[in-house]
Amino acid sequence: MKITKTCLSAIISGVLIFSPIAYADKWSDQFPHIKATGDIPGDCSYEEMSKKNYKGKTLKINTHAVPVIGQPTALHAEQFAKLTGAKVDVTHTPAGDLYAKAMVPFKAGQAPYDIVFGFSNFINDWKRYLAPVPKKYMNSTEMKDVTKSHIGVSSWDGTMYQYPVDGDRHYLKYRKDVIDNPEMQKKYKADTGKELRVPRTWKEYGEMAKYFNGWDWDGDGEKEYGSAEVMKKDDLMFAAFFSRSVAYAKNPRTPGGFFFDLETMKPNINNPGFVEALGDWVEATKYVPPGGINFGLGDEIGSFGGGQTLFSFSWDDAFIAAMQDDSPIKNKVGAAPLPGADRVWNRTSNSWENQYNQAPYIVWGWAVGVAKKSKVKDMAFDYLCFFSNGANHQADLAIGNFGVNPFKNSDFDPNIYIDTMGWDADIANSYTKTLLDMEKSKNRVFPLRVPGVFEFTSAVATGTSKALAGQLSPQEALDEVAKEWEAIVQRVGKKAVQDAYAVGVKMEDNKL
Amino acid sequence: MNFKQKYVFLFPGLFVLIGILIFPIIFVVRLSLSGWNSYNGLNFIGLENYIRLFTDDPRFWESFFRLSFLSVTTVILQYVIGFALAHMVWKDIKFQRFFRVLFLIPMMTTPVIMTVIWRTFFHESLGPVNDILSNFGMSPKWLTDPVLAKVTVIIVEVWQWTPFMFLLLLAGLLSLPKEPFLAAAIDGASPIRKFLYVTFPLMAPISIGAIIIRLIEASKIMDTVYVLTSGGPGTSTETSSFYIFIKGLREFQMGYAASMSFTYLIIMIISLTVIAKVLTKLMLKD
Repeated sequence: MKITKTCLSAIISGVLIFSPIAYADKWSDQFPHIKATGDIPGDCSYEEMSKKNYKGKTLKINTHAVPVIGQPTALHAEQFAKLTGAKVDVTHTPAGDLYAKAMVPFKAGQAPYDIVFGFSNFINDWKRYLAPVPKKYMNSTEMKDVTKSHIGVSSWDGTMYQYPVDGDRHYLKYRKDVIDNPEMQKKYKADTGKELRVPRTWKEYGEMAKYFNGWDWDGDGEKEYGSAEVMKKDDLMFAAFFSRSVAYAKNPRTPGGFFFDLETMKPNINNPGFVEALGDWVEATKYVPPGGINFGLGDEIGSFGGGQTLFSFSWDDAFIAAMQDDSPIKNKVGAAPLPGADRVWNRTSNSWENQYNQAPYIVWGWAVGVAKKSKVKDMAFDYLCFFSNGANHQADLAIGNFGVNPFKNSDFDPNIYIDTMGWDADIANSYTKTLLDMEKSKNRVFPLRVPGVFEFTSAVATGTSKALAGQLSPQEALDEVAKEWEAIVQRVGKKAVQDAYAVGVKMEDNKL
Repeated sequence: MNFKQKYVFLFPGLFVLIGILIFPIIFVVRLSLSGWNSYNGLNFIGLENYIRLFTDDPRFWESFFRLSFLSVTTVILQYVIGFALAHMVWKDIKFQRFFRVLFLIPMMTTPVIMTVIWRTFFHESLGPVNDILSNFGMSPKWLTDPVLAKVTVIIVEVWQWTPFMFLLLLAGLLSLPKEPFLAAAIDGASPIRKFLYVTFPLMAPISIGAIIIRLIEASKIMDTVYVLTSGGPGTSTETSSFYIFIKGLREFQMGYAASMSFTYLIIMIISLTVIAKVLTKLMLKD
C-alpha cells in the first residue's frame, strides 16, 4: 500500500513538473495577471517573448484612457518591457480624441506613435497610414484562432491593417433573477395579461422595462429602473441607435445596403424602419434611470452592472461587470440576442413586411494598428501579438472594465467562464451561445466604414439626441440626418463613399 | 543706441509674436479656404466653407446665440456676486484674510476636475443634490432638461470664475482714494448712497476691464459644456467653441472648422469692441 502511494505521488509530481500547468506557473509567478491559466503556448506566449531582446529600443503607444483598453495596454506594455528589455511609453487619450490624435500627425507625414489604438471603423481613414499585418503574424497560432468575422472587421479588401485585440457586438443583457422568476412572471401576467420572458421584440422590451421602472423589485431598499442605455450625445449613442434600428430596417430580403442604397447612395436613415426605431427610443426615455438620457457608456456599465436596471444592451462590458466577483448581481444576469421586431421595412417595395425579424449588430470595437512610418515595426507587432496571446486574452476577458471581449473561436467555449471566472453553467452557456449565434447569422449589420465616417456618425448623434430631448420628432430628426448625410456624400465624393461602402455591404450580404 | 542695435533687441520679440500669433492666424485663414479633412489635403476651395457657414449651417448660429446668452448671464452674475464679496472683505470684518483666501479657492482648482465633481453632484440618480432634494419631493433634471441644463452650466461657470471677478474688484477697491469717502462721510451720506455715488462710479474703469476680460474668457466656454452635458440634451447647451471642436477634432473637418473659428474671431472682436464702448458710455457718463 505504502509503495503504491509513493509511486502514485511520484507520478503526480512528475506530471505536475513536466505538464503545461507547471510550465505555465513559471510565468504566472512573475505575472500574477495570468494566474488563472498560466502561460498558454503559442507564437507570442510569455515564453516566446522572453527570447526577444529589444534592449535600447523604445515603443510609443497611444491608447484609450484608463481603464477601458487603456489599462490592459499599460499592463501588457509593462509585461512586454520586462520580458524583452524594451522601453514602452504609453499615452492615454480620451475616446473622442483618439481619431484626431493619430490623424493629425498622419496627415502631416509624421508618426509620433508606433502603435495607435482606435475603433475598428476608423479603418478606411487610417489604412493609408498603417502597415499591413505581416504574414508571420497572420500565420501565428494566435491569429488562426480569430473568428472569420473579426478577420473581416480588421481587414480591408483582404489586407489586414488592424491587429485583432477585441471583438464587439451589441446584445441584450437582462436580470435573470427577475425575468426567470416564477413569482415575477405571475405578477406580471396578472397585471398586464402578458408573459414575462426574455423580450423577443423591442416593443416587448419597452413594455417590460416600463413595468419594472421606478420601484424596488429586487428588495434591496433602492428603486430600480427599466433600462440603461447609451443616450449621451457624442458618447457612442449612434451605435445604440443602430442596435435598435437593425430589427426594423435590416431586411434579409433586400440586400444592397443597410445605411445607404448602394446603387444610388441615397441614405436609408430616414426610412420608416429607422423612424420606428427612433420612436421606440424616444419612448425609452421614460424607463431609464433619472438622468439616463445623459448616460455615456461608463454610466451604462455602472448602472446595469451595479444592479440598477432590468435591461441593458450594448457592448460586453456591462455584462462582464455584472458577472465580476465584486458585483451585487453576479450570476443573476442573462445574455440574449438583441430584440427583434414583428415587422420589417422593405425599402425596395416601400412597405412593411409583417414578419418577425432579428439582426445582430457586429458593432465596431477596439482596434489597433502599427504606423507605416514606425521605425520599430517588428517590435510593435510583437507587442500586439503578445497583447492578445492566449494567457493575456483569457485574463483580460474576465475583467469587465478592460474592454476586451471575445473574438477568438476558443472564446466560445463556456468552460472558460465556468472554470476561470466562476460563472453558473447556464449563464456561461447562454452567453457563448448568444455570441456564437451572431457569428453564424446571415442577417448581420457591420459598422459603417467609409471615408469621413465620423461626419456620418456625428450627424446621427446630433439628430437622434434632438429627438430624445424632444426638440424634433423622430421623422424630422432623421430627415435632418439624411440631409446631412447627402451633403457629406457630396463633400467626400459619391464614388469614394460608394466604393468603400461596397466592401461593408459585401460582408452584410454574405459575399465576402 | 544706433538703428541696428534697436532691431537686435526688437527681433526676438517680433519672431515670437510672428510664431505664436501671426503665423497661426494666417494658417487658420489659409486652412479656412481649404477642404482639409480626413480624405482631402490642404486643397484650395475658395470661399466654399464661408458660403456653407453663412447659408447652410443654422447650428453654428444657434450655438453662437446660446453662447451669447450663457456668457452674458454668467458674467453679469459673476460681476454682481464678485462685487458683493469684494465689498464685504474690503471692509474691516472678522476673519478678513480667511475669507479673501476662501473666495479664491474655486479659481485655483482645475476646471475639468471641478466640472466632473459638479457633474457627480448633479447626477440625477446617484448625485447628492437630488438625494437631498428628494426629501422635499423634488428631483430636478439638472443635466437632461434643456432649460435646466443651461442653468447647471451657468451655476458651474459662476462658481468657478466669480473669484476672478472678486480678485480684480477687490484690487480695485483697495486702490481707491480715501478722500471721496471721507467727504461723503462728512456730508452724512448713507452706506447705500456712498456705494451708489462714490464707490460704484470710482470702480467703473476697473469694472469695465473686469467685465470685458471675463466676457472674452466666457465666450470660450468649452470644458464645462464638454464634461457636463456634451452639448446636450439635444443641442441645448452647445456653444460655438464646442461646436467648432466637434467639427474640427471629432469630425475632422479642419477646413470648415477653421472658417468657423475665423468668423467667430471677427464677430468676437467686433462685438467686444462695441460692448466695451457701450459700457464705457454707460458707466463713465459723468
